[in-house]
Amino acid sequence: MYQGRGNLPPIELRSGSPIWTNLFTLYGANIMGERKVRYLSLEEGGFSLLLLAVAIFCLVIAGKTWDQVLAFHTALIALASLAGIFFIFRRYFDGNNTPAPLEINGKPNYNMAPVKFATWASVFWGIAGFLVGVIIASQLAFPALNFDLPWINFGRLRPLHTSAVIFAFGGNVLIASSFYVVQRTCQARLPGTIAPWFVVLGYNLFIVVAGTGYLLGVTQGKEYAEPEWYADWLLTIVWVGYLLTFLGSIWRRKESHIYVANWFYLAFIVTIAVLHLFNNASLPVSIYSTKSYIVWAGVQDAMVQWWYGHNAVGFFLTTGFLAIMYYFIPKRAERPVYSYRLSIVHFWALIFLYIWAGPHHLHYTSLPQWASTLGMTFSIILWMPSWGGMINGLMTLSGAWDKLRTDPVLRMMVVSVAFYGMATFEGPLMSIRAVNGLSHYTDWTVGHVHAGALGWVGYISFGALYCLVPWLYNKKALYSLRLVNWHFWISTLASCSTSAPCGYPVSCRA
Amino acid sequence: MSAWKKHQIFEKNSLILIIGIVIMISIGGLVEIVPLYYLKSTIEKTEGMRPYTPLELVGRNIYVREGCYACHSQQIRPMRDELQRYGNYSLAAESMYDRPFQWGSKRTGPDLARVGGKYSDEWQRDHLVDPRSVSPTSVMPGYPFLMDAKLSTIEIENHLKVNALYGVPYTEEQIASAKVDLLAQAQPDSDAAEGFEERYPGALIRDFDGNAKEVTEMDALVAYLQMLGTLVDFSLYDEKANLR
Amino acid sequence: MAEHKKEIDQVSGVETTGHEWDGLKELNNPLPKWWLYMFYGSIVWSVIYWVLMPSWPLVNGYTKGLLDYSQRAVATEEFNVAAAERAETGKMLLEASLDEILNTPELLEYASAQGKVAFGDNCAPCHGTGATGFEGYPNLQDDSWIWGGDLDTLATTISYGVRSEHDESRFAEMPAFGRDELLEKEEIVQVANYVGSVAGLPTQDGVDLEAGKVIYEENCAACHMDNLKGDIETGSPNLTAPTYLYGKSVDDIIAQVNAPRHGVMPAWIDRLGETTVKSLAVYVHSLGGGQ
Ligand code: HEC
Ligand code: HEC
Ligand code: HEC
Ligand code: HEM
Ligand code: HEM
Ligand SMILES: [Ca+2]
Ligand SMILES: [Ca+2]
Ligand SMILES: [Cu+2]
Repeated sequence: MYQGRGNLPPIELRSGSPIWTNLFTLYGANIMGERKVRYLSLEEGGFSLLLLAVAIFCLVIAGKTWDQVLAFHTALIALASLAGIFFIFRRYFDGNNTPAPLEINGKPNYNMAPVKFATWASVFWGIAGFLVGVIIASQLAFPALNFDLPWINFGRLRPLHTSAVIFAFGGNVLIASSFYVVQRTCQARLPGTIAPWFVVLGYNLFIVVAGTGYLLGVTQGKEYAEPEWYADWLLTIVWVGYLLTFLGSIWRRKESHIYVANWFYLAFIVTIAVLHLFNNASLPVSIYSTKSYIVWAGVQDAMVQWWYGHNAVGFFLTTGFLAIMYYFIPKRAERPVYSYRLSIVHFWALIFLYIWAGPHHLHYTSLPQWASTLGMTFSIILWMPSWGGMINGLMTLSGAWDKLRTDPVLRMMVVSVAFYGMATFEGPLMSIRAVNGLSHYTDWTVGHVHAGALGWVGYISFGALYCLVPWLYNKKALYSLRLVNWHFWISTLASCSTSAPCGYPVSCRA
Repeated sequence: MSAWKKHQIFEKNSLILIIGIVIMISIGGLVEIVPLYYLKSTIEKTEGMRPYTPLELVGRNIYVREGCYACHSQQIRPMRDELQRYGNYSLAAESMYDRPFQWGSKRTGPDLARVGGKYSDEWQRDHLVDPRSVSPTSVMPGYPFLMDAKLSTIEIENHLKVNALYGVPYTEEQIASAKVDLLAQAQPDSDAAEGFEERYPGALIRDFDGNAKEVTEMDALVAYLQMLGTLVDFSLYDEKANLR
Repeated sequence: MAEHKKEIDQVSGVETTGHEWDGLKELNNPLPKWWLYMFYGSIVWSVIYWVLMPSWPLVNGYTKGLLDYSQRAVATEEFNVAAAERAETGKMLLEASLDEILNTPELLEYASAQGKVAFGDNCAPCHGTGATGFEGYPNLQDDSWIWGGDLDTLATTISYGVRSEHDESRFAEMPAFGRDELLEKEEIVQVANYVGSVAGLPTQDGVDLEAGKVIYEENCAACHMDNLKGDIETGSPNLTAPTYLYGKSVDDIIAQVNAPRHGVMPAWIDRLGETTVKSLAVYVHSLGGGQ
């Protein structure tokens, strides 16, 4: 919230001169009381304090720890925080920290720079994550590629792959698209000037800390929740910022009703926060150690883990990306969403039912059978609510099917929704105990994963990115639709073979 | 029609929408997780479970660090073929001190829940250093660097302390002598071995890595592997009483 | 807060909800019927499943369901049935002598089949899938035995292992002549070269083989016998056969005399049970190296 300082006499700052001169001016001015100093805005002051606290905490750890990885990570976080403070104050002293107007000529003045950053970050992490996927697949075929080294062996790279594609690639797509969509559908600028950057940069800092941690052997050993306690804390702070920034735009909306895509984004943000907090509830051995122990143990830990793990699928990879679908498909097809009522029913059913399905990852284990039953039955009830999303996505095209012939981007998104339908049919099938008895522990699961992950998440993301980039840069069209076309056909072939249970990972193994 | 109208309250008010979401996502988790803490049938009654020795605990952390769970499960399912191949199905009691649990979700390699005692230390060592020397078609990575990595004893007391805080029955004495015990278990001829034996009766004391001069990460990992699945005494286990 | 008027979508003829976000609108189509019925159907199916199977947690227990099903009970039952089937054949197997087994095709087939599977799961990691062994792990295909290759001896070795944790384990320990300073370095080189020469390995130049022979007779013959053929009674390997466990050169012999490796063969009786062990013995025996 911006605290106006209109009434204060302007301070003469020698913009362009080094920061310390300006600092001195401010300091001197203050001491001598010659001139009343203008205040930092609440946002600037608040973030400076937060970053300062983080930096001090991290510097203390970095200075005292015996653990080199922790020293490296805390120093990195401290450096980033100090850099944040530096930039806040530089803007301040340069005198260009007047908040951007919310509207220009009666039109909303959108804040698209953080969206651009997250967009390119997702492209970068996507390439990195796929590359690591190719590497681990090759390691399964040629174990010599582990090179007998700790940093790049399969056991450390596999979590790097899953996290890079889901959280780094997927997460940046979600942040970029949510900041874009919420502004456009609310006709309102994102709140704050620092907050959106804090979210985008903080999230990517978290990814760097988590990812380098895996390579250096820092892991919690819980699938899809591998980052250790300090990275978890970092993510928690960033995520609170994310929720507030997102909500802030919603509160400024012009249309009294909240658009359906934003229901899904909200459910995604809120639920991931809850999942993250519970599945990472751990105590570090000491604040000077990277190692922590989780409060849950054994069978309870297993249940919490897959309550989390399944709903990382449900809320990160499904709900979040359904939000993308609900904006980009109708926008691209220039058609209204098929059914408002279906939106309502499948939204509530989806989020209520998903939470129950976790135990389908623990069939036949020492989790009590009653819990396994609940996991299986709720997975099956979940089938139709999942397909509700598919129907709403596909049927939105009714009256615009001809566009598929000319628009490869739209085609990509439609195929993605089809893959979504496939994965959410296969999923309930695999949740049936007898079927899971066969599929569990095998490459069948890996096939299912990539049908969902590559086919659905990957394609809808590429579709959204191909829409976003020209829109963000006010270009009429993509550089080359033919290239998109190529991308489309090559990757369709590739993912069909990857997703088929007998696909890529298996043939590599053979 | 009017029923649909009622939904507008969620569409018009973001806080009510959030409250609705939170309520919806709370129910399933609560119903499935909370009873696991109060239902007595969740964890079977068994004889023999004890907390990990410091060396086993550190070995387990190395297992986690190297991501062995990416390829190995530690969970034998109650199915005939698995019982025949691996032995008794895994009990919840067997992982009651596991933080985090390591049941795994993928079997690229075999299940390890009962691998303890199945092979010799020497084999475990050979296999970890170069899996293809004993299993020519194996796709498992080699971990020769574990042989060279001297075991760190830093903060080992704190490792036990945090576990004790969660209710793992480590005694004060065990916590106090954690550092000594950590090394003693891999040094059968040392003076400290006796004290270790008293504090952890029945635990293996051997030079697990075949290098008597040093206690290495290989010592710890092999000690952990050799303990897996050996704690519960199945001759005293009453299956009927623990069906569920 | 602009409220929009509901309108009719030109293409589909369906009414919109009247809201608009960044140009996006919603149609007010009803829920697809087939979708709704399948949704209800899955709920009904689940309710039936809950009635039959363990499902809902209660305050001090859970609903056991009409079937009171337990996967653990089922698996144990299946396991026991299979074990009982095996027990009959197994009993015959246990009581039968080698000749009888070899001459009863039914028994032989059964034992070899079971032994083969068990060998793959348990023994192949050390002795190799083809039972040809690795360095430090003996070849079970050749006719050279440390402890003996007849059926009963094999069964004993497999049951209790060698230098294993089992109380009845076979046990044999060769002194560490070098490490424990029982012999000089020089002497070890000599005896090793002597042994190597008998085994037909390339020896080192300028080593006094005669001196080695003397050292051998004084220190080694007690176990490995005068003719170097070893002794099955004490588990001392044959040193003339080219079937060394630990490499195949004089250097390897020096290393062994210096500090013996003392490989461990685990005990299997508690893990696998008597019938399986017997089958394994039959299987190993049938590999071609059986006495
Ligand atoms: C790329 C996958 C992979 C990773 C990672 C991996 N393993 Fe393995 N492991 C295998 C495969 C495949 C086998 C079976 C072939 C063999 O014996 O090597 C195996 C076999 C084993 C066995 C023998 C099990 C038996 O009953 O025969 C043990 C013990 C073992 N691994 C331990 C480990 C440990 C400890 C780690 C981590 C430090 C690890 N593995 C990491 C794939 C892997
Ligand atoms: C941990 C590795 C290991 C495993 C697993 C193993 N063995 Fe052995 N086995 C050995 C070693 C080492 C020896 C040699 C012991 C010695 O030095 O006397 C041996 C010796 C033997 C011998 C005696 C050979 C002789 O020359 O007398 C037989 C027979 C045998 N093993 C059979 C088996 C069978 C059958 C299995 C599976 C049930 C098995 N082994 C599993 C390591 C192993
Ligand atoms: C107390 C009995 C004993 C005495 C004395 C003894 N050995 Fe051994 N020897 C054994 C046993 C038992 C083994 C198998 C041990 C093992 O697996 O490490 C063995 C193994 C060996 C081997 C390795 C065989 C292989 O298959 O790789 C060599 C070579 C050997 N002995 C040579 C000698 C020589 C030379 C001497 C005298 C200097 C000697 N031994 C004295 C009992 C003895
Ligand atoms: C070039 C593309 C990709 C390749 C070559 C690839 C390859 C692999 C390989 C080899 C594995 C390990 C399988 C095993 O352990 O047997 C894996 C696992 C996994 N991948 Fe990918 N992958 C790709 C893209 C993706 C994408 C886009 C996502 C998600 C958005 C993804 C998510 C996952 C997940 C979640 C797992 C873990 C599966 C499990 O635990 O069952 N992958 N991938
Ligand atoms: C109705 C929807 C779905 C259901 C009921 C479902 C069910 C399942 C089941 C039963 C498993 C196998 C668990 C095991 O045996 O280990 C599984 C694994 C998995 N699914 Fe799905 N699935 C659904 C949709 C999806 C979608 C859309 C995605 C991706 C976007 C996805 C991603 C995954 C992943 C990543 C795993 C691997 C988890 C692991 O590491 O073991 N699922 N799912
Ligand atoms: Ca997995
Ligand atoms: Ca050692
Ligand atoms: Cu799931």
